[in-house]
Amino acid sequence: MSVDLEKLAQEEYKYGFVTDVEQEVAPKGLSEDTIRMISSKKNEPEWLLEWRLGAYESWKKMKEPRWAFLRYPEIDFNDISYYAAPKSNPSPKSLDEIDPEIKETYDKLGIPLEEQKMLAGVAVDAVFDSVSVFTTFKEKLAEEGVIFCSISEAVEEYPDLVRKYLGSVVPRGDNFYAALNSAVFTDGSFVYIPKGVRCPMELSTYFRINAENTGQFERTLIIAEEGSYVSYLEGCTAPQRDENQLHAAVVELVAHNDSTIKYSTIQNWYPGDKQGKGGIYNFVTKRGRCVGRGSRISWTQVETGSAITWKYPSCVLEGDNSVGEFYSVALTNRRQQADTGTKMVHVGKNTSSTIISKGISAGEGQNIYRGLVEIGKNAEKARNYTQCDSMLIGDRCGAHTFPYIEVRNSTAHMEHEASTSKIGEDQMFYCRQRGLSAEDAVSLIVNGFCKEVFKELPFEFAVEAEKLLSVSLEGSVG
Amino acid sequence: MLEVKNLHVQVDDKEILKGMDITVAPGEVHSIMGPNGSGKSTLAQVLAGKEAYEVTEGEVTFQGKDLLDLEPEERACEGIFLAFQYPVEIPGVANTYLLREALNAKREYRDEKPLKHVEFAKLAREKMKTLGIDEDLLKRSVNAGFSGGEKKRNEIFQMQILEPALAVLDETDSGLDIDALKIVANGVNSMRDSGRSFIVITHYQRLLNYIVPDFVHVMVDGKIVRSGGKELAHELEEKGYAEF
Ligand SMILES: Nc1ncnc2c1ncn2[C@@H]1O[C@H](COP(=O)(O)OP(=O)(O)OP(=O)(O)O)[C@@H](O)[C@H]1O
Ligand SMILES: [Mg+2]
Repeated sequence: MSVDLEKLAQEEYKYGFVTDVEQEVAPKGLSEDTIRMISSKKNEPEWLLEWRLGAYESWKKMKEPRWAFLRYPEIDFNDISYYAAPKSNPSPKSLDEIDPEIKETYDKLGIPLEEQKMLAGVAVDAVFDSVSVFTTFKEKLAEEGVIFCSISEAVEEYPDLVRKYLGSVVPRGDNFYAALNSAVFTDGSFVYIPKGVRCPMELSTYFRINAENTGQFERTLIIAEEGSYVSYLEGCTAPQRDENQLHAAVVELVAHNDSTIKYSTIQNWYPGDKQGKGGIYNFVTKRGRCVGRGSRISWTQVETGSAITWKYPSCVLEGDNSVGEFYSVALTNRRQQADTGTKMVHVGKNTSSTIISKGISAGEGQNIYRGLVEIGKNAEKARNYTQCDSMLIGDRCGAHTFPYIEVRNSTAHMEHEASTSKIGEDQMFYCRQRGLSAEDAVSLIVNGFCKEVFKELPFEFAVEAEKLLSVSLEGSVG
Repeated sequence: MLEVKNLHVQVDDKEILKGMDITVAPGEVHSIMGPNGSGKSTLAQVLAGKEAYEVTEGEVTFQGKDLLDLEPEERACEGIFLAFQYPVEIPGVANTYLLREALNAKREYRDEKPLKHVEFAKLAREKMKTLGIDEDLLKRSVNAGFSGGEKKRNEIFQMQILEPALAVLDETDSGLDIDALKIVANGVNSMRDSGRSFIVITHYQRLLNYIVPDFVHVMVDGKIVRSGGKELAHELEEKGYAEF
């Protein structure tokens, strides 16, 4: 069987098609003018332009971080276009006004934008390159006072909220990629859940990169007022191209007293081919602040795509009794590399955090878990549970874990478990002896390995995630 | 049904089976006994298609087909079942889930429609009752945290659902209490018919009181050194393997 596992055939990436629409693409290069151009395209207020320019100033002084366990060539930030938008109707009021090509794209991706065709109970914001092309169920959500729209629209319609919270979790100069994003972000989603409201639907954003040589820089901001609840999901895909494309997003979550934000990601950016050509470079800053007591932020991610993933969804547990959770499945196949994990920063009393990370490496994939649990000096009786499991399929892949722990309060209670296993030859043989093909056996075993994470996903998406994992594993056995 | 001729098998350049012969006709039950390390489990695993074992000489035909040509899953679908000496744990995979997938893989191989959830559940519940298996065991992860006896019972349960043409039971009796032994033996006997064969590997004559074999073979150092009827088991029980 070990021989089988090494024969890595290549399964086609299912979402690799290109949509042929006329697009307005900004010339390559990054300068103050680029930023002014983006800001004026979006009719932004002066304060936001200033904010962007400030971020750009910080960014220019920063160095690209190289501490991650990732190998990739230098990125030329002047060889990227920072804005691409379909030329057709920029802000369609109804579905009929959307370019049919774009609508068809989402149909092909399995995200029909017609509300009646959607999964029941899921509202979608569709982001195509640099712009949000449509948001469904807005009216229905508005009845409950829930705001779900593109961030561009939020800047126009709810400037006070945006101004209050933008950068309040991830400051514009936080890190190299966050600063870049703050300078040039083009679109993303905005969610506001008023006090005491349990959001009646799953909210989701579907990110699609289409244009060539462009980066996607989206910004998502979610605010949950006291006692509210929201479950949000993002999905991402991109065409199959030979050159690498940059995706640098920032996500900020704010949870007030006794509110809950569940944030799930199914990331399936184009991973590059077998030789490691092409694929998305995914540099993402995601952070949530549990500002209120008893608040809860839960990150669940299933990362199967991208050539490079650099991503550490984090929680800052400021409110007493607040809870942070991180559930992650990261799969690297072919030449993919992922350096991912989380930061749990305990500030308030009785705060607790849970980290469950499942890394699967196949082919020549490299999978790194990097996590920090920090217990501040006032965080009385903080608790953390970390479990970090790696699975290797074949013997040309790798897994590494870098767990960091900083404790400044002696009442903290920490538990850490870690394991690395080679996908068991005995398990494989057992399944095959019962009649399962080698591929079905791998997929069954890996899905079992990820069970604890999948059960955190909204039901419909858990099924999707299992399928996606199976597809991503295709070709990992010969 | 099964014909093994002059089978030589090695692992890591060490020869383990050294000219093994055995012929099993439809409906027969053969028992293989022999000292520890003589190669009984190796034979079982080679029949099931474990790739770590390299066949250097000899041939194996199963229902007219060259068995050594087939992948493990093809052998399973052709009707070979191995009840493992050490059933493996698969965390996170429900016992029923694996079994349904397995049954449906087999059905697909035979161009039959997959069984629906309800149909499968009904089938499973029936078999479970006769084997005294707890419903809870079905929902749990495959063999994870099962007691030794539960694992063995689970193997027989799987055999009952998959209805193989040839079942190889590798020390299914070890680790079973007396009651469980009877239950397992009944599970096997209830499946005996003119078309189905069994190879029962065991160290204890006791099992053969319940599953009465047509033939008993003694395996020593990688080959069969003596064959006989069920009396041979009694003789071994008395005298041990010293004379070989
Ligand atoms: N994968 C392997 N690598 C090295 N040696 C092996 C391997 N598998 C089996 N052997 C050796 O082959 C010999 C036969 O082993 P096998 O498990 O077939 O014996 P057995 O007759 O089933 O013994 P027991 O009655 O103890 O179950 C033993 O010496 C064993 O150590
Ligand atoms: Mg044995």
